[in-house]
Formats: sequence, C-alpha cells, structure tokens
Amino acid sequence: MITLKNINKSFGELDVLNDISIQFEAGKTNLIIGQSGSGKTVLLKSIIGLLDVDTGYIYYDDRDFTNMNFKDKKEIRKEMGMVFQGGALFDSLSVEENVKFPLDMFSAMSEDEKKERVSFCLDRVDIKKAHKLYPAEISGGMQKRVAIARAIALNPRYLFCDEPNSGLDPVTAIVIDQLIQEITKEYNMTTIINTHDMNSVMEIGEKILFINKGVKAWEGCSDEIFDTENQALNNFVFASNLFKKIKSKL
Amino acid sequence: MSFFENIGQYILFLKRVVSKPEKGRVFFAQIIKEIYKLGVNSVGIVVIISVFMGAVISLQTAYNLVNPLLPDYLVGYTTRESMILEFSSTIVGLILAGKVGSNIASEIGSMRVTEQIDALEIMGINSASYLIFPKIIAAVFINPFLYVLSVFVGITGGLMASYMAGTVSVPDFIYGVQVDLIPYYIIYSLIKTLVFAFIITSVPSFYGYYVSGGALEVGKASTKAVVNSSILILLANLILTQLLLK
Repeated sequence: MITLKNINKSFGELDVLNDISIQFEAGKTNLIIGQSGSGKTVLLKSIIGLLDVDTGYIYYDDRDFTNMNFKDKKEIRKEMGMVFQGGALFDSLSVEENVKFPLDMFSAMSEDEKKERVSFCLDRVDIKKAHKLYPAEISGGMQKRVAIARAIALNPRYLFCDEPNSGLDPVTAIVIDQLIQEITKEYNMTTIINTHDMNSVMEIGEKILFINKGVKAWEGCSDEIFDTENQALNNFVFASNLFKKIKSKL
Repeated sequence: MSFFENIGQYILFLKRVVSKPEKGRVFFAQIIKEIYKLGVNSVGIVVIISVFMGAVISLQTAYNLVNPLLPDYLVGYTTRESMILEFSSTIVGLILAGKVGSNIASEIGSMRVTEQIDALEIMGINSASYLIFPKIIAAVFINPFLYVLSVFVGITGGLMASYMAGTVSVPDFIYGVQVDLIPYYIIYSLIKTLVFAFIITSVPSFYGYYVSGGALEVGKASTKAVVNSSILILLANLILTQLLLK
C-alpha cells in the first residue's frame, strides 16, 4: 500500500501538484489519469523519489519515504519495479541480460538460479525466442514485456508503470494491461500506472485518480467513471467520438 | 547555467561518481569492458596519427637543419623529444577527446533521454558511479599504454620517413633517438596523460549525464563535451608543464 498525504510540488512559480492525498492499495491496479501537462508524470516521479516533493508525505506501507535517509531510500528502491514509457531497456544488454541485471546487482543467487529466474520471468511475459536479441532488434510490444519481466525479476512489492501501452496497437496494449493486472494480483503488489489511455482505464482501472491542473479532481473505479458528474473528467473521458457514442447508448 | 554553477555541479557530480561500487564483481567486469571500448578500440587511430606525426616531425626537422655544423642525429633526437614531451600526450589526448569524448557524451546522453539512467536510479543503483567510474578508471589505466605505443610508433614513423626520403641515415637517426634521454620527461608526460585521461572521460560524462530533452540536445552535449574537454586539456597542459618542468 502506498499513501500520499497533502503532496505539493512546484517548479519555480509554477504549481504542478496541489494538495494531493490518496491511498493506493495492494493487489489492485491503481491508475493515475489526466491530460498531458496535468502533473501525473511529476506525481509518479515524486512517488518513486526521482523528484522531491515540496511538502507532504509519501508512505510505503507504514514507512515515511519523504523523510527517509539516502540509505533507507536505496533499500526501499530494491522493492520497486518500474516500467518506463519507452521500456528503458539497456541498449548494450541482450533481452536476458536486461532481466538478469537486477539479479546481478542485488541478489545472492548462483548463476544457475539467476538463469532459472530470468527464464521464468521471460516465460511469464510470454517472451519465447528473443532471449539473445538486443532491445533494438525487438518490437515495441516485446520491449514493454521485457521491461515488465525486468521489473518483476526481484519480486517487487511495488510496481510503477509510466504509460505502459503508449505507442502500441490496441490489441498489444490490452495484452500488456492484462499482463500487468495478472502480475499485480499474483504477487499482491501495489501497482501504480500512469496513463491517459481510456482503454486501459476501462480494462484495468480498479482504482483511479484523476488529476486536473495539478489537483486531485476525482477518485473512483472504472465502473463509476461513466456516471460521474465531474465536468473535467467527463471532458477527458468522453473526448473521443467512440466514447461519446458508447455513453449515448448506455 | 553560469560558469561557476557548472563548476559546482561538476564537483558534486564527481563526488557521486567516486563512490563505493554496488558490487565488486560487476564493477570489475565494467572496467574490463570499458578498457576494451575506450582503449583497445582507440589503438588504430593512435597508431595512424602517431606514424604520420613522427614522419612529419622528422622531415620538417631534416629540411630545416641547413647549418652543416648541426649533426644529422638531431633529426632522431628532435623526433623523440617531440613525441615524448608533447605529441604523444597532448595531441593524442586531444584526438581522444574528440573520439572517446563524443562517444561517452552521446552514450550517456542517450541513456538519459531514453530513461535508462532513471531505470538504474529506481533500482537503487548510483547511476553516476555505475556508468562513469569504470570509464574513468579504464581510461586512466589504458591511456599510459596508448602513450607508450604512440611514442614508439611515432619514432618508427620518423625513422621510416627519414629512410625513405633519404634525409638522414638509419644509424644516425637511431643514435639521435638514444642520445641524452632524460627519463623524467617520460614521467612528466605520463602524469599529463593520466590527467588528460581523467578529463577525457569525466567532462563528456558530465555533459551527457545532465542532458535534458531529445536527440538534438544529445548532439549539442556531445559537441560541448569535446570542445570543453579539449580546452581543459590545453589548460591542464600549460599548468602541468609549468609545475613539472620548472
């Protein structure tokens, strides 16, 4: 479980996040949604510690991440897995070396155990014959799957995904979404996904935080999103003709 | 960013770079990889440049020794001294600042813009230390070997040019290479090589590490890295020469 309390963040004169509070639960796919520039990437980067918040608190279960010293933050980061928008796979390493990387750095496993774990993680994300290939040699969808495999290699308690299905076709995007949801349940992880993809919202939005202009504008789940009275959220959700038609038929 | 801010950020960056590695075995493997990338892959260009530099120095010296009182062996002597004192350390340093420096800045910069550095940080790895410390150690280790190679190949180039152009006999040239050798000059140049190796790796890494934006910014960082590390090499050359040869 990750809890945010009164998070504020600004860059110079520009207020990017304003008094955000929410609890992200374990075993659920928690989504942060909002328009481009709404502050969701800054929020995600603040949660994982790539940016420092100005005021407020971030708790990983009962551990205060905001006031943690560097050493403790480093320890907690070993419990995090992250899937970046572009995959962020290491170019100079092959697919299996990418997945093995966190094991090399942080585990005391033998080489055989590491190999076994790498195979397990790659099988889990359905990567079969690309173990020796380099990131540049595989498709965008495969890169995302390898990134997920790398993120789960150390059995993390917290999984973060920044736009995990951007640039993917709708079929592959749903496969990635479902994979993240399955893994979340399987390992009872606290998963936070940053997205503006409405298909993801409807598919896996078990808990949704909608941010508008740096402010928490709505909190709920995918079942509630169609009935909301929140104008900003309605504008966001029903921006496309497809969703407008779906709503009119409901 | 102002000049002083840059210097301050560079010092803080070095503090992050020079920290205890996460895992000794992985760190050692990285150093070996970097020795190959930065050193072994530079052997070709060092050999080519040194051969031609040595050849040109010997020919220029020979064609300018018009006074019959000056002995022929001065051609070999001048070639050796030029290679040892300046060319094999400073000029090779400048060439490597271009080759290795742009390579490092663009590699680290690309890693930054594609979030690979963020990925390392999220894993709890000190990305600056993991990526850059092995490069500095590798260059500081391998560049003295490149220096020695350059001196040897440069003198050989000078000998070949003199022989082929018929400017000086081989025994005279070889005598010139051996006469009045001051070993301290080699130590002086090796010290310079070590300092240049540090500049060649740390300055481009700094520019690459703090890139923000996209491919265009990576290109700009690469150019800045080469220009600034070249200027720093020239400055360090002047300071070290004054300090060590006084």
